[in-house]
Amino acid sequence: METLTVLLQSPDVMALASLAAGVLFVLGLKGLSHPATARQGNLFAMVGMALAMAVVLLHPLMSAYSFIIFGLLIGAAIGIPLALKTPLTALPQLVAGFHSFIGLAAALVAVGMYLRQIPFNLMETKAALEMALGTAIGMVTFSGSVLAALKLQGWVSGTPWGWSGRHVLNLALGIALIACTIWFTATFNPLPLALIFILATIMGVTLVAPIGGADMPVVVSMLNSYSGWAAAATGFMLEQPLLIITGALVGASGAILSYIMCAAMHRSFLSVILGGFGNAESVTPAAGQGPAQVVKQAGAEDAAFIIAQAERVIIVPGYGMAVAQAQHAVKELFNLLASKNIETTFAIHPVAGRMPGHMNVLLAEADIPYDAVHELEDINPRFKETDVVLVLGANDVVNPAAQTTPGSPIYGMPVLEAWKAKQVYVVKRSHRPGYAGVDNPLFGMENCALVLGDAKAVVENITHALKSS
Amino acid sequence: MDLNPLTILTIIFVLSCLVGYFVVWGVTPALHTPLMAVTNAISGIVIIAAILITGPEIIPATRCAELPCPYPEQTEMLQLAAQLIGTLAVALCAINIFGGFAITRRMLNMFKRKGE
Repeated sequence: METLTVLLQSPDVMALASLAAGVLFVLGLKGLSHPATARQGNLFAMVGMALAMAVVLLHPLMSAYSFIIFGLLIGAAIGIPLALKTPLTALPQLVAGFHSFIGLAAALVAVGMYLRQIPFNLMETKAALEMALGTAIGMVTFSGSVLAALKLQGWVSGTPWGWSGRHVLNLALGIALIACTIWFTATFNPLPLALIFILATIMGVTLVAPIGGADMPVVVSMLNSYSGWAAAATGFMLEQPLLIITGALVGASGAILSYIMCAAMHRSFLSVILGGFGNAESVTPAAGQGPAQVVKQAGAEDAAFIIAQAERVIIVPGYGMAVAQAQHAVKELFNLLASKNIETTFAIHPVAGRMPGHMNVLLAEADIPYDAVHELEDINPRFKETDVVLVLGANDVVNPAAQTTPGSPIYGMPVLEAWKAKQVYVVKRSHRPGYAGVDNPLFGMENCALVLGDAKAVVENITHALKSS
Repeated sequence: MDLNPLTILTIIFVLSCLVGYFVVWGVTPALHTPLMAVTNAISGIVIIAAILITGPEIIPATRCAELPCPYPEQTEMLQLAAQLIGTLAVALCAINIFGGFAITRRMLNMFKRKGE
């Protein structure tokens, strides 16, 4: 038994066990390439995490187990109920909250490392640089994610705060951070480290504040990426390869998601990050353009009448479905249409909702099979053979101006070609233009009618009318 | 091998970024939210660092004579502060680990085929 303990504590065995954990994490992400293998992937990642923790707990220097166990219990007591009880419509803010914890933990580890080393004059320039970096990335992630979560929860206004001086402020903060880093690496004085802590916290707020509304999926992905880089910086500081591997995986994942979201809006990452899109100034000129279009309105009964005669129906869910918590009502309509042999599928735009894949999870929650849910490229050729398209609380993602009006702010954005169907019903709460403040020519088209009302109520009314017909 | 550790770590970092790049492009868009949740969970790996800060015992000030020890009065207090900060970091990471895996599992259990 004792030889086993000694063997397990050998640095090489520990490093190899960390490698195994890293491989398990990669396999975990690989499993997400298909829903059928995803659960197994999650299991791999869990085993990897358990292995990594077992290795570090066997570390020869470990003694204060009571502190560690206390921390673990607190984390489990908070994390598990959060994960099991949070409604899935609140998922974006929960994920943003999780990012903030990693950011703060990375910064705290840097400070803790400093407090461990300073009493024995162990500080070195390289370690100081990594501490400064870890603290800065960590605190930007922390405060940025907290603000993002508050915006998503609606406790802070979601509209972008477009203050024109913000670029100068961010530049000044960046320069001050670099100056403090140099000061800290040269002197190991605690004051610049504290300043980095504070400046980075402010910077997280100023970076996220000007971004809002439909750009939130990019913000959430970006903070996901930052939390990965913060973990990697911590890995460099403590010379832990597993932290670097994992941090790089998470960082790359968030970066790719940010890229996909930006591409789906046909905007550059830089223009999203610089923010201000969709605030009052940019809305006014766009909304004022062109003659007012004649928009037809229809009731839920009219829609139900047309749907009853359809062979193929496509439902386009958007943020409005999430807000109205309409996914279960949609499921009931889906079942009813299936029982009437009307082929019903779902079309998901990559930026529908407030985080990547948001709509897919809501539909899955309502027990809608994932093979009825399609991505943009797969479904676009099928709109022309479709009888009825039901758009639920989405607007810009079905706007034909993205293809036809070169001057439009959303020109070039890939959109769902709903207008090619025989009939389109757009369920909206009001006549207001979408988030981008752009008029939607779809609403004025011959084959389109608006059904005004809350997505859930309208879908329930359609279902009711279909049942009684 | 006389490589500087920083060089080795940089090699690991760059190769891991590439692995991440290719694996994540293979993730189906339908599972992008579970992807974020599981990356939340595995970024809880910072717990390793937090444990390494919290775990080692406090070196008593009585040993200051044999060590470089610029602040003998505060030596123990600074280490205790590190342990407490580390414990907080352990708890934060544990929220992510337990919460992240649990919510990923919860979501993935909802993805079903027709008739499943």
